[in-house]
Amino acid sequence: MAISRKNVLSVFIILLCVAGLSLTASAADKLKVGFVYISPIGDAGWTYQHDLGRLAMEKNLGDKVETKYIENVPEGPEAERVIRDLAKSGYDLIFTTSFGYMNPTLKVAKMFPKKRFEHSTGYKTSKNVGTYMCRFYEGRYLTGIVAGKMTKSNTLGYVAAFPIPEVIRGINAFTLGAKSVNPDVKVKVIWVNSWFDPGKEREASEALIAQGADVITHHTDSTAPTLTAEEKGVYAIAYHSDMSKYGPKAHLTAATHVYGDFYTRTAQSVLDNTWKSEQVWTGIKEGSIALAPMNPVVPADVVALVEKTRKGIADGSVHPFQGPIKDQGGKVVVEAGITLSDKELLGMGYYVEGVLGKIPK
Amino acid sequence: MFVKIEPRSEPSKAMKYLSPLIAAVLMLISGLIIFSLLGKNPAEAFHAFFVEPVNDLYGIGELLIKASPLMLIGTGLAVGFRASIWNIGAEGQLAVGAIFGGYFAIIFYDYSGLFILPLMIAAGAVGGMLWASIPALLKTVFNANEILVTLMLNYVAVLLLALLVHGPLKDPNGYGFPQSVLFGDSAILPVLVEGTRLHLGVFLALGGVIAGWVFLQKSFTGYQMQVAGLAQKAATYAGFKYKKLIWIGLLSGGLAAGIAGVLEIAGPIGQLLPSVSPGYGYAAIIVAFVGRLHPGGIFLSSLLMALLYLGGESGQMNLDLPSAVTGIFQGLLLFYLLAADFLIHYRMRLDRSRLEVN
Amino acid sequence: MDGDILIQILVASIAAGTPFVYAALGELVTEKSGVLNLGVEGMMLVGAISGFIAMAKSGSLLVAVLCGMTAGALMALIFAVLTLTLMANQVASGLALTIFGVGLSAFLGLKYTSIALPGVPELHIPFLSDIPVAGQLLFSHDILIYSSLVLFGFISWFLYKSKAGLILRGIGEAPKSAHALGYNVIGIRYLAVLFGGAMAGLGGVYLSVAYTPMWVEGMVAGRGWVALALVVFASWRPLRVMAGAYLFGGITIAQFHIQGFGIEIPSQLLSMLPYIATIIVLVLISRDQKSIRLNSPASLGLTYHPNNQ
Repeated sequence: MAISRKNVLSVFIILLCVAGLSLTASAADKLKVGFVYISPIGDAGWTYQHDLGRLAMEKNLGDKVETKYIENVPEGPEAERVIRDLAKSGYDLIFTTSFGYMNPTLKVAKMFPKKRFEHSTGYKTSKNVGTYMCRFYEGRYLTGIVAGKMTKSNTLGYVAAFPIPEVIRGINAFTLGAKSVNPDVKVKVIWVNSWFDPGKEREASEALIAQGADVITHHTDSTAPTLTAEEKGVYAIAYHSDMSKYGPKAHLTAATHVYGDFYTRTAQSVLDNTWKSEQVWTGIKEGSIALAPMNPVVPADVVALVEKTRKGIADGSVHPFQGPIKDQGGKVVVEAGITLSDKELLGMGYYVEGVLGKIPK
Repeated sequence: MFVKIEPRSEPSKAMKYLSPLIAAVLMLISGLIIFSLLGKNPAEAFHAFFVEPVNDLYGIGELLIKASPLMLIGTGLAVGFRASIWNIGAEGQLAVGAIFGGYFAIIFYDYSGLFILPLMIAAGAVGGMLWASIPALLKTVFNANEILVTLMLNYVAVLLLALLVHGPLKDPNGYGFPQSVLFGDSAILPVLVEGTRLHLGVFLALGGVIAGWVFLQKSFTGYQMQVAGLAQKAATYAGFKYKKLIWIGLLSGGLAAGIAGVLEIAGPIGQLLPSVSPGYGYAAIIVAFVGRLHPGGIFLSSLLMALLYLGGESGQMNLDLPSAVTGIFQGLLLFYLLAADFLIHYRMRLDRSRLEVN
Repeated sequence: MDGDILIQILVASIAAGTPFVYAALGELVTEKSGVLNLGVEGMMLVGAISGFIAMAKSGSLLVAVLCGMTAGALMALIFAVLTLTLMANQVASGLALTIFGVGLSAFLGLKYTSIALPGVPELHIPFLSDIPVAGQLLFSHDILIYSSLVLFGFISWFLYKSKAGLILRGIGEAPKSAHALGYNVIGIRYLAVLFGGAMAGLGGVYLSVAYTPMWVEGMVAGRGWVALALVVFASWRPLRVMAGAYLFGGITIAQFHIQGFGIEIPSQLLSMLPYIATIIVLVLISRDQKSIRLNSPASLGLTYHPNNQ
């Protein structure tokens, strides 16, 4: 394309106008977006992924938005105060990123009917409170396939934090994924009763490895299970974030959550005045769940199978919780041809066949 | 050393009031240094930390509801501390109080009436005292060290609360999440000022502080506790029953912490959660000492401690200060306050003899 | 449960108990001098991040250990100035030290959360490490575990066989008499407190450099409090501190194994086990008044000033 001098000039003028417009726009309509985090951001884990999402939104929307995060906010009364302070300080869209912020978010939302709130992992909404969550279980199912193919002992180890439905759903999806390629596989679960305690996560991983597990995964927040797997010479599948740095040999892949698109979309809808309170549950299809790059030790046919399943989940032809599914007693809980509804998934309180042990009551 | 430290013949009245001011000045200086190092304008930073959080009615309400459990527990603990009975288990006693109180809120969910709240508070008091009676029993019967027992029981209590909230006390319609139902209106402390979270429990906390003052300053048993703390042998010689004092010392802490637990769940939380306290039981120990084990001082120091918490949040909000700075700041201020009390009982003098030799 | 797993549980218990060994032995010396420092958790955290930063910068374990110990000792120095020179209450000062340490370590570590360290390799001693059972149990640990055993030997000798240890215990027992005999009570207590801080720092270094080689805020996760409990649990005897530390580590490991075997007990109940066990053992020991009297420093936690007779 030949560019004449005149064209350059007009482009320049247009650019100036656009810049001028966006300047005035930013002064008037800059959307202030607040984030409430349960822990420090750190380098991996739950909060880290949310913060990557925040940064992606900042990048996508440029100076149309201004963001702020408050970290280390305990669930309970402190959360209510922090959320309220954000709302009061002119933040029009507030993301609260831990389950325990549910009731505080709703209380504050009632006091600030003009502000928009988005609460992660909860189940209550109101006129100005929406919820959002990733279909974490889809990633779990895919990593289960990797684990089922890579195990030699047919024993997989799972370090879990607390017996809530989200964690149980992950254990079941992982188990179903592994069993889909290796029917003999068993999953051992150890509950550490903490979202975050590197020492305990290490000790639980060690116990699982000692009991024969040769692939370790976890639903806790630190990199300790991956580190331990690396040290003991077994495989690890990380959660939340890519943790390959902490176990270059052990780290097969990780089931990660991607919030950038959702945060961008939501902020944009507030800017456009089209925001509605919704219950958003997005997964592989929407790009909210992604696997970290596979370790080279994973054979090509396994990588291909995972990719095929990933596409299947994206187009709806595969569902991790597709019947027949048996519970631990061998009883069919989901008939063939039926998939579990979102509501049933949300309240999941039993283990599927292949998980060892009982859910703590 | 040219400076000689000597005890004063009696505590200095002037220093009693001056020493907190000296601590405040020292902290202002440290703050200047810290904030400058972080590249923040110190004036703005101080404003964000100490003024911003309480510059409206809501903020003052927050200050008071944050200070309430601290002053209540601090007073309860001071009773024991005066007799050198080291109850560091208020965190666990608070959790058990919340379990007991919360249980009644849950079983009377379908009822309404004025009996529910008093019942919850009484149950919380019983729960806290029950938990505190374990170290009291083990100390009086088996001579077991109460510091260790109360500390260990903190962990047990917090796990017990988690166990119950994951199990029998879980909201049956809550999708399996570990939390109880939201309490009914009859189980919630009424809000005193519209637009704030200031609730009736603040008066209960103040009442507790006053009751503590009467007990410690006016009653004979309170006097006995003090004597026992200064010299256990003298107290035994004087015929005080030390075992009785152990029971009183531990139970008063349990009573206060148990009630504080109910105030939290029936106040700003409104339900039972796996964790009902952000460490009030530990913070109250410092509050008690910074307040010099005197209920009046405890009242003031609880407000200060509460302000430090709120200031940390405000610093994050307004200045992007990392949350870690709050801890440093709290620690420093507490160091200064504890250190400045030295001036009440001791004086520093230039050692003239040594100066002359030089 | 086959024998192999039993050995693995034992090996893991030793590693899990080692941070307690360092911190509790240090606190033991501090308490023997009559000073109660509740700030162990804070000192461990500051030690952990300082050691981690040193390891990341220098790559040398020795430098990391020295930095962690120095940082722990500096934290202890704050406590010592407060309680020994300015005669502030020990319980409150210790708790304030923990609050300060939690904040300071988080602050120092802000830029270090994304660094992965290589960890500390297990020593492989030719022949010895290959002996079945005993080789695994005794000769397959990292150097910090062996040095904790050396420390134990040193402290046992120091407290009960050396003259300096006798003086230290005397000061913890009856500071006024020790002062009358011409010993510098405050000076010696300073040293004991600094030593306790250095050891707590070293315990922190073990966590952040060897056990879980990473830095994350609050990674000590309550181990400082357990170390404090262990000292009392051990009724101020070094050998019992060791036993208690490994027992505590062992119970935690064992409860994870019990879960792995699918035995049906609520995990919260299992998590309570170590704490309840500690209380029970304490009660059993404390019933014997003589043994407590013999070992518990009589002046523990009491403020002392030579001019304040």
